[in-house]
Amino acid sequence: MFDFLDDYDVLGAFWTTVQLTLLSAVGSLVWGTLLAAMRVGPVPLMRGFGTAYVNIVRNIPLTVIILFASLGLKDTLSISLGASDVDTATFRLAVLGLVVYTAAFVCEAIRAGINTVPVGQAEAARAIGLSFTQVLLLVVLPQAFRAAVLPLTNVLIALTKNTTVAAAIGVAEAALLMKNMVEKEAQLLLISAIIAFGFCLLTLPTGLILGWVGKKVAVKR
Amino acid sequence: MKLRKVTAASAVLLSLSVAATACGGDKKDDKGSSGGGNTITIGIKFDQPGIGQKTPQGYSGFDVDVATYVAKKLGYSSDQIEWKESKSADRETMLKRGDVDFIAASYSITPERQKLVDFAGPYLLAHQDVLVRADDKSIKSAADLNKARLCSVTGSTSAQNIKDTLAPKAQLQKYPTYSACLTGLQNKAIDALTTDDSILAGYASQAQFKGKFKLGGLKMTNENYGIGVKKGSDLKAKINKALESMVSDGSWDAAVKKNFGPANYKNEPAPKIGDIKS
Amino acid sequence: MSSVLYDAQGPRAKRRNILYTALFLVAIAAAGWWLYATLDDKNQLDWVLWKPYLGGSTEAYSTYIWPGLQNTLKAAALAMVIALPLGAVLGIARLSDHVWVRVPASVVVEFFRAIPVLVLMIFGNELYSSYTDVSSDDRPLYAVVTGLVLYNASVLAEIVRAGILALPKGQSEAAMAIGLRKNQVMRLVLLPQAVTTMLPAIVSQLVVIVKDTALGGAVLTFPELLSSVNTMSSYYGANTIASFTVVAVIFLVINFSLTSFAGWLEGRLRRRKKSTGAVLGAQDVAHIGGTAATGAGGAPGGLDLSGPFVGGAGKDD
Repeated sequence: MFDFLDDYDVLGAFWTTVQLTLLSAVGSLVWGTLLAAMRVGPVPLMRGFGTAYVNIVRNIPLTVIILFASLGLKDTLSISLGASDVDTATFRLAVLGLVVYTAAFVCEAIRAGINTVPVGQAEAARAIGLSFTQVLLLVVLPQAFRAAVLPLTNVLIALTKNTTVAAAIGVAEAALLMKNMVEKEAQLLLISAIIAFGFCLLTLPTGLILGWVGKKVAVKR
Repeated sequence: MKLRKVTAASAVLLSLSVAATACGGDKKDDKGSSGGGNTITIGIKFDQPGIGQKTPQGYSGFDVDVATYVAKKLGYSSDQIEWKESKSADRETMLKRGDVDFIAASYSITPERQKLVDFAGPYLLAHQDVLVRADDKSIKSAADLNKARLCSVTGSTSAQNIKDTLAPKAQLQKYPTYSACLTGLQNKAIDALTTDDSILAGYASQAQFKGKFKLGGLKMTNENYGIGVKKGSDLKAKINKALESMVSDGSWDAAVKKNFGPANYKNEPAPKIGDIKS
Repeated sequence: MSSVLYDAQGPRAKRRNILYTALFLVAIAAAGWWLYATLDDKNQLDWVLWKPYLGGSTEAYSTYIWPGLQNTLKAAALAMVIALPLGAVLGIARLSDHVWVRVPASVVVEFFRAIPVLVLMIFGNELYSSYTDVSSDDRPLYAVVTGLVLYNASVLAEIVRAGILALPKGQSEAAMAIGLRKNQVMRLVLLPQAVTTMLPAIVSQLVVIVKDTALGGAVLTFPELLSSVNTMSSYYGANTIASFTVVAVIFLVINFSLTSFAGWLEGRLRRRKKSTGAVLGAQDVAHIGGTAATGAGGAPGGLDLSGPFVGGAGKDD
């Protein structure tokens, strides 16, 4: 029954999914935090940029963003992020597209986290003479992150599933594998079950573990 | 409480109005497509210029011309034809189910497909080939492709052929459509676009691309385009007869010239019915 | 705008801000100029590529874009109309006192939230093509709607559940104290209040549905707005960049009106808040959903739940 699986690299495809997820997660965490800092910061132009960025990116389908990354950046603007061959370039551009998209959601999760920090914390920090950057880095963000673990977990899980969109530019991840398999094999239910199982294996434990971590680190108020 | 009702009602209204516009459009579509009582439904490609392309003025391309001719011989005038898009992966299912009467959509006759559907024809012999920039002289044979960056459509047999046999070491970019490949080809991010030479000729002969691209002329495989019909259908014999007369009365040559003309595409002579080159 | 995060600005801070503004402006302008120059250099800004959309002729819109847009809206509307009641039922079922109702509902919700919509769509497509006689015209639509419904009903179930859980406990206690049955408590007391608090989150979910129809075009053969680019750009000489830009703008306009509507709704509910009045900011839903639901909170959904205007930048609101 499972014989046909020998022809396909199921583990390899899921490994690509995991790589896409992890790299994009790190990238979007950094870029999303920067965006959140811009949105709460004192420079009006940066605030405007942050708001516009989030509102635009959130309202465009991820497929369009990923296609733009490959078609626009690689094929038109000749940016391939230092990759020498097509496969690496597509992979890196898929990560870039996912970062651009996911960062908007990370930004909102962190902003919501910032909202949970009591006003007194920031006021006290300012009263002892800290600058905006210091207030943010030393007092507010550390608490905001602890409150944002749960929303960020949701973002991470969504990201894991969103990596399937990279199939649109031919990154050999799990969804592309599934499409190839269902077209060639008459084992629809089995194939679907394998892919679904794979994703459950990735997303459910992430949710459980980080959900536990989130409760553990949350600031009791 | 009143406010809640208002907001709830407005939400319902919004979804209803969206649904209503959608339904409204639906009805219009129906009216447009089911004109006379006696129609024939033909599956073609909608996004392959020169082969089958949806245009603001209707449909154009070699497959469209062949299908129109065949339909005429079967007793349907051109306004009795209902065109349907049949994407590559959908063709066998559409025939099996009877969604279309026949399919002329760059449909290569292969042993696997012959198990599922019957083919009339072939009516054109095409070859897998590459499209390169007009000033590019680096690709002269299939072996040269191993050093090149190629582009093709996700899930196509051309892409599979490259990976399996023709040039396993080539770098292959896969996109949902050939147009995306052309953007990269123009900007030198891709060296060659590979698929059937007939499709490539169709793209290259578009007015915007005049003089920019050329066919490699590699003839890497034989693709016998046939007209697909339901397994066991009596249409097969009738379509074969229509195709024969299309070749003998010169309409076939005219259609080839009209659709593939400007692109350095040397078409094979009209194939004999049932003569499938492997 | 004042914020608790930084002091009122004195002359030095103002000068510094002007410097930062100038630097940022230069950076954006440089990036913009580079983009413009490179696109121009690669002939992507040639009028011939953009003319079909900006040249005053409507043929591109009537031939390619409008039919695609209709399909996008049709699939989104159908998915919404089916997913909403289904989600409500699943959400309430998860709150049931009966184990045999609660557990299956939880399993269904958690399962479909854990799997990518794309995979659900591919599965739906093959299912309809192998086991039913839905015609090939309708099959992609059915598959897309099936995928969207399965996934979004699960997310909506979590929104409903979170909305009900977020109500003060006194509401259900008081309702039970006056002798209402369980279903009366739910129907007469909890749901009417929860619906108000959930509306913004639900409307935000509509944006997700609209965006996700595009997945149907990318992997199935659903002729929606995004895939109209294929037919369109092959006719207009591979003007893919121009075509994708136009379609992206259309998506942006549709979704931006939806998010603005959600924001307006949320603001309105916040202003007029009555006794129970806490409006469930989308983030709260994701939060509660995540906590209670083994954390496997929604997905493109979970993200998009975050309301369009989550409070102010500071914490002073």
